[in-house]
Amino acid sequence: MPEAVSALKGVSHTGFATVAEAGLTGMIQIRADLASPRLAAVLAERGLAVPEQRKVVTGGGRRLAWMSPDELLLFCSYDEAPVLAGDLTAEMGGEHALIVNVSDMRAVFTITGAKRDEVLMKLCPVDFATLPEMELRRTRAAQTGVALWRSGPEEITLICFRSVAGYMMGLLETASRKGGEIF
Amino acid sequence: MLTLTCPCCGVTAEETELTYGHEAHLKRFGPGSTDAEFEDYLFNRKNPKGVHFERWRHSYGCGKWFLAARSTVTLEVYGTYSAQTTEPPAELIAKIKEKCPGWEGWQ
Ligand SMILES: [Zn+2]
Repeated sequence: MPEAVSALKGVSHTGFATVAEAGLTGMIQIRADLASPRLAAVLAERGLAVPEQRKVVTGGGRRLAWMSPDELLLFCSYDEAPVLAGDLTAEMGGEHALIVNVSDMRAVFTITGAKRDEVLMKLCPVDFATLPEMELRRTRAAQTGVALWRSGPEEITLICFRSVAGYMMGLLETASRKGGEIF
Repeated sequence: MLTLTCPCCGVTAEETELTYGHEAHLKRFGPGSTDAEFEDYLFNRKNPKGVHFERWRHSYGCGKWFLAARSTVTLEVYGTYSAQTTEPPAELIAKIKEKCPGWEGWQ
C-alpha cells in the first residue's frame, strides 16, 4: 500500500499569525435523519451526541460537527477512519443513512496566534466578533468553500476540499504576512 | 448587497455566500398541459416592481435551498422561509401587507 500523505504535507508559514496544514486527519461524513434515535444511540456508544445546529461537540477523543440539517462530520484519527465508518454503517442496522470515510477528500488547516481572526477577516464574509467557540461556520474563503470553527485558545481550524489546498494555503500565507494586520 | 438569514442553518449570510434561484412558487405544467400553460411555465415570469418571492441557495454554507421575499425596488427583505412549501407563510403575507398597503398579493 502506498503511504498516505496529506495535501501539503504539513507545510506552515508564520507571519502575524501562524498558518499550517494540519496533516492527515480522519473525517467521516454522516448523512442521516439527525433526529433518528438509532443515530443518537450509535453516537452515544462513543461518548458523542448529535450536535445542535452549527455546533461542534467532543467525546472519546473525537469531534463531531453539524454541517447541515441532514449532515454531520466526524473528526477522528486518520488510521481508525475506514474501520470506524464501517462500524457506524453496520450499527445503523439498515436504517437509511450514508456514512463514508472522506478523510482524503478535504484538507485541514489551523490558524493560530492572538491575531488569527484578522487573517480570516480578509477572506471570509463572517462577523468574527460574534462567532462563538465551537460553532462550525460554513462559508467561503475568497473563491472557495470552507468550514471553520474556534477549535482552541487562539486557534481556528479550517477545512476545504483537497483539490484547492494549494490555493487555500496561498490565501492564508498572503493574508497573514507581517505588516498586513488589520488592527 | 443583500443579507438573508438561511432558515436551514440559521446563519445570516451576505449575498456572495448565496446563489440566486429565480422566482419562487412556480407550478410545473408538463405532459398533458396546453401549449399556452407550458409556455407560461417555461418563459413567463412576474418581474414585479416591488414585492418578489424568490429561491435562494446557501451554496457556500449548508447547501440548502430556501425561499425569500424582498422588494426589488428598495431591496428590503421581508423574510425567509422553508422551500418545502407551496405558498408563503401567512404571517409573512400579513407582514408584507402591512408594509405595502397597495400590494397586489403573491399569486
Ligand atoms: Zn444555510
